Formats: sequence, structure tokens, C-alpha cells
Amino acid sequence: MKFDFADQQPKFLMLMYGLVAFVVVVGGLLLLLDVVPAWFARRREAQLVAASVSGAPLPRRPKQREGIFAIFFLLPTLLLLTIGLVVPAIRTVLLSLMNRDSSEWVGLDNFGWMFSDDAIVRVLINTLIWVLLVPLVATGFGLIYAVLVDKARLEAVAKSLIFLPMAISFVGASIIWKFVYAYRGEGDQIGLLNQIVVSLGGEPKQWLLESPLNTLLLIVIMIWIQAGFAMVVLSAAIKAIPGDIVEAARLDGVSPWQMFWQITMPSIRPALIVVMVTLTIATLKVFDIVRTSTNGNYDTSVIANEMYNQAFRYSENGRGSALAVFLFILVIPVVIYQIRNLRQQREG
Amino acid sequence: MTTATPTVAAGTQKTDGTPTTKAGRVRKRLNSRTATLVSIVIAVVWTIPTFGLLVSSLRPEDEIKTTGWWTSFTNPQFTFENYEQVLFGRSASSGQLAGSFINSLAITIPSVLFPLAFASLAAYALAWIKFRGRDWLYIAIFALQIVPLQMALVPLLRFFSTGVSLGGVTLMPAWDLVDEQKFAQVWFAHTCFALPFAVFLLHNFISQLPGDLMEAARVDGATHPKIFRTIVLPLITPALAAFGIFQFLWVWNDLLVALIFAGGGDETAPLTVRLAEMAGTRGNEWQRLTAGAFVSIVIPLIVFLSLQRFFVRGLLAGSVKG
Repeated sequence: MKFDFADQQPKFLMLMYGLVAFVVVVGGLLLLLDVVPAWFARRREAQLVAASVSGAPLPRRPKQREGIFAIFFLLPTLLLLTIGLVVPAIRTVLLSLMNRDSSEWVGLDNFGWMFSDDAIVRVLINTLIWVLLVPLVATGFGLIYAVLVDKARLEAVAKSLIFLPMAISFVGASIIWKFVYAYRGEGDQIGLLNQIVVSLGGEPKQWLLESPLNTLLLIVIMIWIQAGFAMVVLSAAIKAIPGDIVEAARLDGVSPWQMFWQITMPSIRPALIVVMVTLTIATLKVFDIVRTSTNGNYDTSVIANEMYNQAFRYSENGRGSALAVFLFILVIPVVIYQIRNLRQQREG
Repeated sequence: MTTATPTVAAGTQKTDGTPTTKAGRVRKRLNSRTATLVSIVIAVVWTIPTFGLLVSSLRPEDEIKTTGWWTSFTNPQFTFENYEQVLFGRSASSGQLAGSFINSLAITIPSVLFPLAFASLAAYALAWIKFRGRDWLYIAIFALQIVPLQMALVPLLRFFSTGVSLGGVTLMPAWDLVDEQKFAQVWFAHTCFALPFAVFLLHNFISQLPGDLMEAARVDGATHPKIFRTIVLPLITPALAAFGIFQFLWVWNDLLVALIFAGGGDETAPLTVRLAEMAGTRGNEWQRLTAGAFVSIVIPLIVFLSLQRFFVRGLLAGSVKG
């Protein structure tokens, strides 16, 4: 082997520092929380003893100060959330109103640019296609599969097969599918898709170069990953339908088809909404697949990818931030819809 | 799925004549030949791409580049050469993934531990310590889940590279991290981004612990830290496991955060960054891409398959991951 293990030592050292820091911070915090109250308790005991010896009236028991504990328990989380999320998010909003190196205020120019530059409009349209297709198709496949394998033989195995892509990184999944889409100019095809096309008598294509087909092919990757998520949640919802409802419907003699539309679908509606909302939000933020497969070329870019390019490759901080803010704005209505739904369920 | 209840053998329902459950009835119709066929087709379509990758990664370079992987069933030729090349090869073009593999580990382990500890402390306080404004605080943290992490990237990177100064006064100097030290940035970023979801998920579990238990402990004179350590922590181990797996998969598979905070250098770039780079610049070196992809997949797959039960439970209890 030509691999030199000694080169890797600094990394392990750094990892060790990290772990030591973890032990010190968390252990220290717990220790602090243990020692301080104990000290107060001892002091109070001493006071009580002293008071009883001297015959003075017993000091009043101080009001329970639970708030103090809460502060220590919450301190690391609140600190990190403020530094890492809240303040940066506010700054991003401000940056989106400034020029590329954040030296001048430019008002809404960056947002105007988003909707006037043809390339970016294309990006927005692509994102829209993603958001329309992925949640619907992935949930559809997940639902069909969940119903089909419910209580079937080998259910556990069958579900695992669909669920497995969830563990694979978007980058890994993109490579897997790029290989399916692979193209060779002459000789045998090595990509499965082209092989199928050829064996059906068609001409092999460079799939990922052909817009708008390439966007759809990238969407397939996302669906492939997310259908498993939809399937698991919906399958659990189907299993949770109360047996007596089903029994009653069965005694009324409904057909399985009616059963599906009138019993199963209404019962799992909340789960369906959760799945769709979660997938919509995940799809809005999709980045890895586009970057790995085409790097956003050939008209395949989406908002998250464009945001990365603008902010971190072209140093256009204003435009990058504007895209991030736009992404956030797109998420909000989805979440509001979700919250309203939850509330209706709770009331109704 | 290991959570699945023992399945009713298909035979028993047939002998009954009438299936006893709704699912059974739906199945009676759907589970005709067509239904079985459809589910098998879906399963096959879902599995074949990964299978093709695995088979290809074991084939010699010339074979991969000239013939489809399906031909290796009639003409089997297998080798571990690709893995050796991609993991330990010296040349820059080979990937040197062994180093990236270690980077991935170094990034992932602390990025899982920190949010796990901080979030469980916070979740306990939000669930069982009474203080003013508790509900509002919980709602605020919960709401942070919807902030896309893209919203935080640019300012957070500046925070690391230039520090914080207010009105000319330096509150915090720049971190100025080089090489391996950049891991700290990645840990920090991942911890921040994970906290809202972690607090939400763990709060769901912790708040459902029986109140009598806490009350009894309080009466016995136990303080909050003591209750947290001796009663709550052991009881929420499944929830901790659920979030741990989530966060592990999330961090190990993440590309965006690593790309920005770890960069592409040999010292810090994790597998995802290196693979994305290879896919871009050496898109036709399939012998390396297939082996490399499998190297990046294997650890999450093992974690996932062995701990699937906890993962599913977490999935069903959680919601939107930011």
C-alpha cells in the first residue's frame, strides 16, 4: 500500500481535541449544575442549624429558584442558536439589500435582478418543476407501495428495499444514476438507460445534456431517494387505522376500492400532508443532486445551487443572499399551511 | 422493516375465506397477480441502480468502460483493484479516498455528539423546569426549524473568517483556522443547524415521561441536574439513538455545509465533497466513481440497517428537518 498513515495523524489529533472539548463542556456543565445547588443546600442547612442553636426564628425558606437551573440547561443551545442561526439569518436579510461586497444599500435591486435575468428565471422555473413533481410522484409511489405490500409476505424485506436509498447520500445517489444515464458514442452502451433504448431499436442519447429532459432525469433521483420516506410514514399511518372502523365498513359491504378511497385515504390524510410538506421543503432546498450531476449546467440549475454559485463562487454576496431569502419566503406558505392543518385536526 | 409486526401468513387468510381486516380485503382485490407484479417491478426498479453500481465497482477498468455491467453475468471478471486505487492510490487523480474517509469520520463524530448533549439538556429544561416564557421559548426554537440553512451560510462564514466587531471594538477575533483545524468550523455549523430539530424531537419524548416519576424524585430531594442524569437520560436512550442516527446520516451525507466550511483541501474534505469533485472533473472514470461511491455508501448503510428500528421511530416522531 502506498498510503501513509502518518499523514493522517493531525486529523485524529483534531478529532481528539473535539472529543476532549465535548467532555469538558458537557461534563463541566453537569458538574457545575451539581456542585452549585449542593453548596446552597449546605449553606442553608448550616443556617438552619445555627438558627435552631441560637433559638432565633427559623429563616424563611427561600422561594424555589428554578429559573436559574433553566438558564444553565438552555445556555449552550440558546447561545449557539443565536450565533449560528438567528443573527446570521437577520444579516442575510440585510445583505440581500446590499451590493456584491456589502458596501452600499441597493434596495430591492437584487430581487429585481432575480426576475429579470433570463438565466435566473430559468432557475426559478426549474425549481418550480422540482417542487411540483417530487412531492407528488414520490408520495404516489410511496403510497401505492405501502398499500401493496401491507401485510404481504416478506413485507419487511420489501419495504427495506425501497427504504434503503434514504441512507445513501445525494452525492452517492447522483453517481449511481449518472451511471444509469451514461453514454458512449460507439460500441456497447455501459449505461442501463441507453442499453434499454438501443435494445428497443432507438438511438442512444446524452441524457444529461438535453434540456428540459435532463431536469426530469435529475428529479427521478430525488424521487428514488424520497419515496422510501413517504412509504414508511404512510405505511405506519395505514397500520394505525382503528380496526373497528374497518370492521364497520366491511359489514356494510363496501368494495376494496371504496374502502381505499373512503376509509384509508381520509384516515391517513394527516400523514399524507406531513409527507407532502416535508418533501416540498426538502425539494426546495435540493442542491447536492444538481451540483454532482450537472453542476447546474445545461439549464438544470435550481435556487439552492444558484445561491451557492453566486455567494461562494462569484462572490456576489448580495445576489446570493437574495436567493437565500427568496428560498425562505417560499418555505413560509408551506409551513403556514401545515400549521393550519394541524390546528384544524386538533379542533375537529 | 424491523418494526413491522409479524405478518399474517398469506395462507391463513385464504383458508378463512373472509379476510378479517380492511387491509386484508383491499389486498384480496389488489393482491392479485397484477398487484404483486407492480410491487415487484417497483422493488426491482428501486434496487437495480445500486446493484449495478456495486457490480461495476468490482469489475476491471477496461471492462467497465467498454461493456455494460449486466454482461458480467455471462463473462464474470472481478477484482478489488478499483477499491485499492481509489482508497490508497498516490496520484491525485485516483481520489485518495482513505484520507477523505477519515475526514468524514472526524467531521461526523463530534457533529453528532454536541447537538445530542446540548439539545437533551435544553429539551429537559423546556419540558420539566418551570420558568416564565417557557412556552414562547419552545415555540421560537421550534419555528427555527423552517429557516433554510442557506440563510445562515454567508454571515456564518464571515463570522469565522473575520470575527465579530461592534463599533470598532473586537468582540471576537477571527478564528483563522488552517488545515485540520477547519473541522471545528464544520462541527460548529452542523451543531447550530441541528439544534432546532434535535430540541423538537427530544422534547417530544422527554415531555411524555410520566410526571409522577419527576414529582416523586423532587419530593425525595433530587435536584434537576440529578433527575436529568439519573432518571431522564436512561429513559430517553431510544430517542437519543433516533436522533443520533438521523444526525449521523445527515452529517455524513451532507455536501453543502462541508463544501463551504471544510473546503476542498486534502486535510478536511469529506467523502461527499471529494466524490462530487470527481464526478465533475473525471466523470468518465467509472472504475473510480463506482468504487468511490460505494465506499461512501457503506458506513451509512451499515448504521442504517443495524439501527433501522430507532431510525423509523424517530422519523415518525419528527417532522421537518431544516
